[in-house]
Amino acid sequence: MTAPAIELKGISKAFGPVQANKDISIRVSPGTIHGIIGENGAGKSTLMSILYGFYKADKGEIWIHGKRTEIPDSQAAIAAGIGMVFQHFKLVENFTVLENIILGAEDGGLLKPSLSKARKTLQELAREYELNVDPDARIDEIGVGMQQRVEILKALYRQADILILDEPTGVLTPSEADQLFRILDRLRAEGKTIILITHKLREIMEYTDTVSVMRRGQMTATVKTAETNPEHLAELMVGRKVLLRVDKVPAAPGKPILEIENLNVVDEAGVARVKNLNLTVRAGEIVGIAGVAGNGQSELLEVLGGMREGQGTIRLNGNPLPLSGKGSDARARRASHVAHVPEDRQREGLIMDFHAWENVAFGYHHASEYQSGLLMNNAALRADTEAKMEKFDVRPPDPWLAAKNFSGGNQQKIVVAREIERNPDLLLIGQPTRGVDIGAIEFIHKQIVELRDQGKAVLLVSVELEEILSLSDRVAVMFDGMIMGERPADQTDEKELGLLMAGVAGEAA
Amino acid sequence: MMDFLTLIQVLDSTVRLATPLLLACLAGLFSERAGIFDIGLEGKMLMAAFFSAAVAATTGNVWLGLLAGIASSLVLAGLHGLASITFRGNQLISGVAINFLAAGMTVLIAQDWFQQGGRTPSLISGGRFEPITLPFANAVEGVPVLGPIYSELLSGHSILVYLAFLAVPATAWILFGTRFGLRLRAVGENPAAVDTAGVSVVGLRYAAVMICGLLCGIAGAYLATALQAGFVKDMTAGRGFIALAALIFAKWRPWHALGACLLFGLLQAVALRFQNIELGSIVIPVQFMDALPYILTVVILAGFVGKAIPPKAGGEPYVKER
Repeated sequence: MTAPAIELKGISKAFGPVQANKDISIRVSPGTIHGIIGENGAGKSTLMSILYGFYKADKGEIWIHGKRTEIPDSQAAIAAGIGMVFQHFKLVENFTVLENIILGAEDGGLLKPSLSKARKTLQELAREYELNVDPDARIDEIGVGMQQRVEILKALYRQADILILDEPTGVLTPSEADQLFRILDRLRAEGKTIILITHKLREIMEYTDTVSVMRRGQMTATVKTAETNPEHLAELMVGRKVLLRVDKVPAAPGKPILEIENLNVVDEAGVARVKNLNLTVRAGEIVGIAGVAGNGQSELLEVLGGMREGQGTIRLNGNPLPLSGKGSDARARRASHVAHVPEDRQREGLIMDFHAWENVAFGYHHASEYQSGLLMNNAALRADTEAKMEKFDVRPPDPWLAAKNFSGGNQQKIVVAREIERNPDLLLIGQPTRGVDIGAIEFIHKQIVELRDQGKAVLLVSVELEEILSLSDRVAVMFDGMIMGERPADQTDEKELGLLMAGVAGEAA
Repeated sequence: MMDFLTLIQVLDSTVRLATPLLLACLAGLFSERAGIFDIGLEGKMLMAAFFSAAVAATTGNVWLGLLAGIASSLVLAGLHGLASITFRGNQLISGVAINFLAAGMTVLIAQDWFQQGGRTPSLISGGRFEPITLPFANAVEGVPVLGPIYSELLSGHSILVYLAFLAVPATAWILFGTRFGLRLRAVGENPAAVDTAGVSVVGLRYAAVMICGLLCGIAGAYLATALQAGFVKDMTAGRGFIALAALIFAKWRPWHALGACLLFGLLQAVALRFQNIELGSIVIPVQFMDALPYILTVVILAGFVGKAIPPKAGGEPYVKER
């Protein structure tokens, strides 16, 4: 038997009082794709950062190809043949592809010879692995899929034979993700070892040979992918049985709640973001907007939520809502029973340095039950926060904790609780589960479905197709500011939606 | 009317006045391209001006003076590096502190050493950088147009002037033609990219800050031992800040920095040459002319630069993210 490409023995790492990794041991066979799955904060990224020399483990040993190896810094990791593709790419945006690739791996003091050598090597790599990129394109001019290829090429250029990818598909469209996995397959066929860190069960099941599960800093299991199933993995991740499907009865749509007619939105730079958009959301239904990020979904949500001005007509329960000037702001929207869970909860949904109870007040701080004469009735507010925290299972249930000290899932629960508990007629919800762990996803989805079942309208925007498909009753796909097509969720699939998302017109798809 | 000779003289003085700006501007360019903002150019120049004049006055050797100037500027640069790289402090505050430190210490030490009211003794021959006469400068003086351009404008400057102008292509070559330059530019844009590529962010940034110190040292020494003959209180007179303005104007590019510094040098030269200007019955006072470079700096920066995008990681201490 050949030695494992990577063997970690008893790795532990603490950040202050937080034990990020606890006695972790793992063996990764050469020439395989090894998945590491776990919730946010389970310690996956910390473990890989230790392997790449970003952190030093407090305890434990690293063995590479059967040899004990010290990895005090990234240089040592590169020398040991390890390449890493981070979740947030480490590229210099105003450099060309070629410059990014040679950075740190130049052949001498002068750039010219290094660049021309890299150009040649790049052509060979492109041929070998079907990794085509324009070497002279600037990073800020190419898409994220291409940028990711540059990161992979960077690793290969440094002759990595172990490649670590951290949440590689988070920013990719379905077709870009497919391409990525074709490339990974190819790399595996050439004998490279690949570690895939993800929280997406589907990717683990489809593409990996072996999978390790992490929970709360510990490695809970390592199993052959062929011998497991998603439900079992989810249970290992969360520590209890989890419902992976959204459990809901068929929708019973009632009268139109939200009617959008010929909506146009032009952004600060004068670019048309939403173009002649028409959409209706009825009582008791969830309408999901699918689309690659940046195709006008954000602007649509912002106009509806009163954070941006637009032109056209919007009616709520038959009454027109102003789209500009007086009465078009977020406060007015809330007064007319529109609740909004913004896409970026850390920037628009919460003030990260403020206490949970203060965050629960935002947007509704004018509410009469929070007032006490000229002052705010903070005691009432805190009591209300405690009630909401209990109902939404926010952990820890401490109103005095700053928003930034909650995990992503619990932050989102605070925002969702604030908005849903106001009993809105229409809920606007953007990326409800971005950066949220499986347990919390299940909970938040359940709350949204319950709201629907009470006869409320929900407009959902998400870049996760799986989420759109499982949660929505009706799916509308946005591309370049327009609705490319609408489908009942149970009569469509990822493939059809993927084509619409790429701008292929409805009939052709 | 301004005749040809006057024009040549104004341009000649432009070159002299642009030299310290150019050296300081390039100094700032190295530092800021690496992501370390430096508003302490002024302080480093001032410190170098004093120590170069003091040592040159004491030893009578201008080269020793230059070395002393550079050394003192490097010390301050190291301090800035320590504060902003090693201890990840606020780069602006560190720069301000250095400016205050230099303004106070130079006068204090000067008074203690020389008892001349916070100045150094006037430098005599040997303690100053003398003008260099280029070959045939005297011979071609009589040739119309080209003669004065060569003998007045190009010839007759001190070695530091030529050095400053040669530093422009050198800087461009280092930044865009060498491995060091590539890494330097990268560390100012995205230090995480440099770190994950296995290169030391701290090392690169210290190197950049030290180059900045070196160039500021030369700039300061030039002020006290070539442009003037000795150190006087606050003799940098805001040149460090004008150099920063020129740097933004040039959008952190070496050749553009040359253009910007020549422009600001020209403004200063005009102000020096034409004191009270009479326009019919109105007299433009000398104070206005003296203020002109600064007024134009504001106008130019406010209106004519367009969008100047600084290096993306500028001013941010590098901390590895979890």
